[in-house]
Amino acid sequence: MMGNKKRDLILSLIFAAVITAVLVFIDKRLHYSMLASVIQKASIYALLAVSLNLLNGFTGLFSLGQAGFMMLGAYTYAILTIPLDQHASVYQYFNGGVVNVCLPAFVGVTAAGIVAVIFAWLVGKPCLKLKSDYLAIATLGFAEILRALIQWEVLGPVTNASNILMKFPKFDSILTPVIVCAFCIFLIVLLINSSYGRAFKAIREDEVAAEAMGINLAKTKMQAFLTSAFFAGVGGALLAMFQASVQARSFTSAMTYEILLIVVIGGIGSVTGSIIGSFLYIASSEWWLRFLDDSQTYLGVNIPFMRGGFRMVVFSVVIMLIVLFYRQGIMGTREFSWQGIIDFFKKPFAKRERKAVKDNG
Amino acid sequence: MHTATYYIDLLLSGITVGSLYALIAIGYTMVYGILRLINFAHGDIFMMAGFFMVYASASMPMAVALPLVLVMTVVLGVLIERAAYKPLRSAPRMSVMISAIGVSYLLQNLATYITGGLARPYPEIAVLKKTLAVGTLSVKVITIVTPLLTVLLVVALVLFINHTKTGMAMRAVSKDFDTARLMGIKVNNVISVTFVIGSFLAGVGSILYFTNYGQVSPMIGAMPGLKAFVAAVFGGIGSIPGAVLGAYIIGICESMIKANDTIAIFSNAFTFALLILVLLFKPNGMFGEKLTEKV
Repeated sequence: MMGNKKRDLILSLIFAAVITAVLVFIDKRLHYSMLASVIQKASIYALLAVSLNLLNGFTGLFSLGQAGFMMLGAYTYAILTIPLDQHASVYQYFNGGVVNVCLPAFVGVTAAGIVAVIFAWLVGKPCLKLKSDYLAIATLGFAEILRALIQWEVLGPVTNASNILMKFPKFDSILTPVIVCAFCIFLIVLLINSSYGRAFKAIREDEVAAEAMGINLAKTKMQAFLTSAFFAGVGGALLAMFQASVQARSFTSAMTYEILLIVVIGGIGSVTGSIIGSFLYIASSEWWLRFLDDSQTYLGVNIPFMRGGFRMVVFSVVIMLIVLFYRQGIMGTREFSWQGIIDFFKKPFAKRERKAVKDNG
Repeated sequence: MHTATYYIDLLLSGITVGSLYALIAIGYTMVYGILRLINFAHGDIFMMAGFFMVYASASMPMAVALPLVLVMTVVLGVLIERAAYKPLRSAPRMSVMISAIGVSYLLQNLATYITGGLARPYPEIAVLKKTLAVGTLSVKVITIVTPLLTVLLVVALVLFINHTKTGMAMRAVSKDFDTARLMGIKVNNVISVTFVIGSFLAGVGSILYFTNYGQVSPMIGAMPGLKAFVAAVFGGIGSIPGAVLGAYIIGICESMIKANDTIAIFSNAFTFALLILVLLFKPNGMFGEKLTEKV
């Protein structure tokens, strides 16, 4: 057993080193390529998907408020980090706004998470005792309320109302989002594997039994909800940095659904699945399946149905197929392990379901 | 200070919007009552009905197009139930809800693809567009027809549920799914009937709504759909009169809020704030049956 642990550590370090080297190369040579942009966006979505998975997959709380917390994060970051000399042009309709601070980017990102947590506490206090689908619709409702608040003219001097926020610091290297997201996901994994994480899973399996075993339902649900909101806020801030602009209009429930579908594709209850899911989803939608939107001619035959929007139709059909016929998603509830990879290469495509279940305990 | 006419106008437009929410809300409340599923795709069925009308009226006379649109909407609703919800009957509730979100995503993308993402003008139905003058008020025919038709349909539906055999079966299934099946009720047929009724009403609602609104776009179904759901929760999920009352309250409040420029942006948020208040203080709604969570 000790041998395995050492081997896994070495393999992980080698893996991390290779990834870093590849990223540095991409950053230097292909900084403006589609690949670089997919890597950045997919890392951010991976963090967002994992944070949603923490609630939906690991704690069994069906929340649809993700976009709201992302929006809070994005706005907090943007408001706090716009350089002072840019305030006049960004807040042109509000006389330069009332916020007269400009904090370093990492403070902004942390503040984004904290603001999301504060609001999550306010939302969670009344809502978390609601049952499954009522919780979903209530959190969705809160996200919509927050969106309306941010667009309110009266708050304009702070939030710039429905106008765009921009000119805040962006990423200077594609390594930044990858490292920040990897670190955050690592923290979430630590949490899931701790006694807190086991309490989350107990609630998912059976609330009544979990309570009987001495788990404080209200407190534990709140912990999961706040953690998820924190990372959603951080993810929102990173997304703002990636997009270089923030507008409340884009943080609709459709955005939450998108992240939810990534979680479903990857497997509800698997961190690895969410990461793989978001890279597949972003790469396909932004890059690999782009050709579906342009009219194509194969062997002299023009394919008439390939035009703008066809990509999303194909996409949603694939998602429906996964939801209906492959409900486990890519990973089910399994996680990545080096042993799993080695076993796979020794005997590909063998049935290993039972072992996987045992490993997860 | 505004005149009385101004407020009567607001009230009338609130009642119109409320009627439409009511027609959609019935679909939500019936499906939830029987399947315990928030049918997120219901708002998009409403939107698709709008597009059916746009395309149908382009190639045939209105007298043929109207019934055809309703039939197509019903077929779409039943098809969705058969394809996306029936296979998941024994799956956890979260899976079914995700499937509903998936269907909604699919319908929106399909509509975007077919229309090129642009809003289409809705065909005018001449009879409904006429204006009547009552004293100083000028009222469109549709403003009067909408609530009348809604009330008529709701009364018919309540009679159907309380006085026919199928209606009794529906009540039985919503009370207890498994026992109803043991008693020889064909549960799947009952569910199909529910979707037929829900989609039919959404179709009628869509004709009235878009005639009033003037155009259809692929994403338009989501908001009225969610609001209708809130109306259903407000009235007590599973209760048809409750859903209708909730819809009227939401419609009227919304029209009042929209009239005030400072707070107009909260017209959607208000609905959700109402939802959260209801869930907190009266989780079973105004007329909802008491549900006890079984272990």
